[in-house]
Amino acid sequence: MRLRFADQARVASVGVRARKVRAFLSALGIAIGVAAIVAVLGLSSSSQAGLLAEIDRLGTNLLTASSGQSFSGDAAELPREAPARVGNLDAVESVAHTGDVTGAHVYRTPLIPAVSTNAIQVRAASLNLPSVVAAGMAQGRWLNEATATQPVAVLGATAAKRLGFERVTPGQRVWLGDQWFYVAGILEKAALASELDSSVLVGYPAAERHLNYVAIARGAAVAGPPSTLYVRAATEQVAGVQAVLAQTANPESPNEVDISQPSDALTARAAAEGAFDSLFLGLGVVALIVGAVGVANIMIISVLERRSEIGLRRALGATQRQVRTQFLAEAVLLTVLGGTAGVAAGMIATVVYAQNQGWRVVVPVEAWAGGIAAAVVIGAIAGLVPAVRAARLSPTEALRTV
Amino acid sequence: MILELAGVTKTYGDVAVLRGIDLRVDEGELVAIVGPSGSGKSTLLHVMGTLERPSGGQVRIRGVDVAGLSDERLADVRARDIGFVFQQFFLSAHATAAENVADGMLYAGVDARTRRRRAAEALDRVGLAHRANFRPAKLSGGERQRVAIARALVGRPAIVLADEPTGNLDSATGGAIVTLLHELHASGATILVITHDHDLASRMPRQVQVLDGRIVGDSHATALR
Repeated sequence: MRLRFADQARVASVGVRARKVRAFLSALGIAIGVAAIVAVLGLSSSSQAGLLAEIDRLGTNLLTASSGQSFSGDAAELPREAPARVGNLDAVESVAHTGDVTGAHVYRTPLIPAVSTNAIQVRAASLNLPSVVAAGMAQGRWLNEATATQPVAVLGATAAKRLGFERVTPGQRVWLGDQWFYVAGILEKAALASELDSSVLVGYPAAERHLNYVAIARGAAVAGPPSTLYVRAATEQVAGVQAVLAQTANPESPNEVDISQPSDALTARAAAEGAFDSLFLGLGVVALIVGAVGVANIMIISVLERRSEIGLRRALGATQRQVRTQFLAEAVLLTVLGGTAGVAAGMIATVVYAQNQGWRVVVPVEAWAGGIAAAVVIGAIAGLVPAVRAARLSPTEALRTV
Repeated sequence: MILELAGVTKTYGDVAVLRGIDLRVDEGELVAIVGPSGSGKSTLLHVMGTLERPSGGQVRIRGVDVAGLSDERLADVRARDIGFVFQQFFLSAHATAAENVADGMLYAGVDARTRRRRAAEALDRVGLAHRANFRPAKLSGGERQRVAIARALVGRPAIVLADEPTGNLDSATGGAIVTLLHELHASGATILVITHDHDLASRMPRQVQVLDGRIVGDSHATALR
């Protein structure tokens, strides 16, 4: 006679209900293992989603062309006309550029020793720089046509921190190249142009007038030259632009131009994100194995303790198979309870952390479904030996105890 | 004929525990099987209850020879035709009296609602309707044994096998249990009580004496002769 499912479930839960603390503790190992696995997979997926969303926002169509080294190993320069030439390419949407003002250093006050440069680079910047590299302002304003000619500077995120600026108030100044520059604003971190973070940016005219950053063009001194070009290409023609960028920027010696695609680094990071997961997944699997041993152990003890119950059930008409099913189901129930709690804990950890980081919450189906499935399989394996033992127990022997 | 044993033997290794038992129990009988400990009476009960297969001879329950039955079929016989009462009661501590009684039909393929209804009737029959929702810990020893008897009766088995049902009870409570067994017998139940207590046995309509694995006396057989 087969037991109905409801009866089967009730019989399987007898042991769990009778010893709740023991059930809790033996399910805990499984819960920890499953929680670790779900959290690791959930967090890595969420952070990957976060990174991909970031890449999406920043765009993958930004290329940089910077002055590299000449054959002799000297620092090379880009021609002053490079931005205009690159801008003439059909597939290029916009070009911004910066020029390294190598002689100038920036300090909070003139009293700071000259050697304490904080490794901050002073750069002249074209006015469209923030929009091309997709960096917003954290504080204050970016340069405009007027301020670009005046001793006015915008600080990169890291540079601001090193100089001790947290907010921008009118009248704040930095000591730049032996004179005061007013601070107009602070940039956000520029994910695609991280060199800007540790820079102080001024307008090209200001760099020419106040910092003597000049190039000679047709015998006259003009601001420049640019050191790095930031090029937004039409998305489907990025490769084509990349191929001709060096020649276009510096037709005379294209080998002196370094070309890169900054989003490559982010994409590589997204791909590498899962690399250290395996360590935590391994720890989760170890916790699962330890948990499985715990459940098997508890089930064997349980069978020994409940000999009289087993004998009674046989006397009431339970078949060997029904006794076996009862204990197998009890083990699976234990591990599934643990697994469910573990999935919940892992998901909560993922949601809390991901929201904290501003990521979209992604828990892969394989993670939670796999966690539950692993719990079922572990329960079946852990419960097999105890269940077979319980079923093999002769009813008279089982009844003889107490 | 509810129960018929013919030449039943049981040996464990070299030890012969039952050495040729012939016994017939008719419907509606109340029989005491009495013998000292070690006489083989518990093994006899297990063989009659199909918990143990005999080494030789035949056991027929309701005319069916149980020797050839599979484990599944034997379990079915126990579920439907045999009710057990044990000296240690064997009640589930985490279930109420009514649930314990209902579990008597758990493996008989009866739906839960019927089980509950029949459990309430059985508890009423043993005089414990007012204790239906008590857990065993809240019941006295005599009440627990009544619950166990109700559980044995709930499936209306062909025969109830009681193994020292008063063994864990004081004499007054034990006497009340014997009275209950008489009442159940009077209402038609077939009951077989195993005991080492001659006083208890002498209060039963029929006594079968067992010694060293043999039946050495049967009041019924004597009466018939």
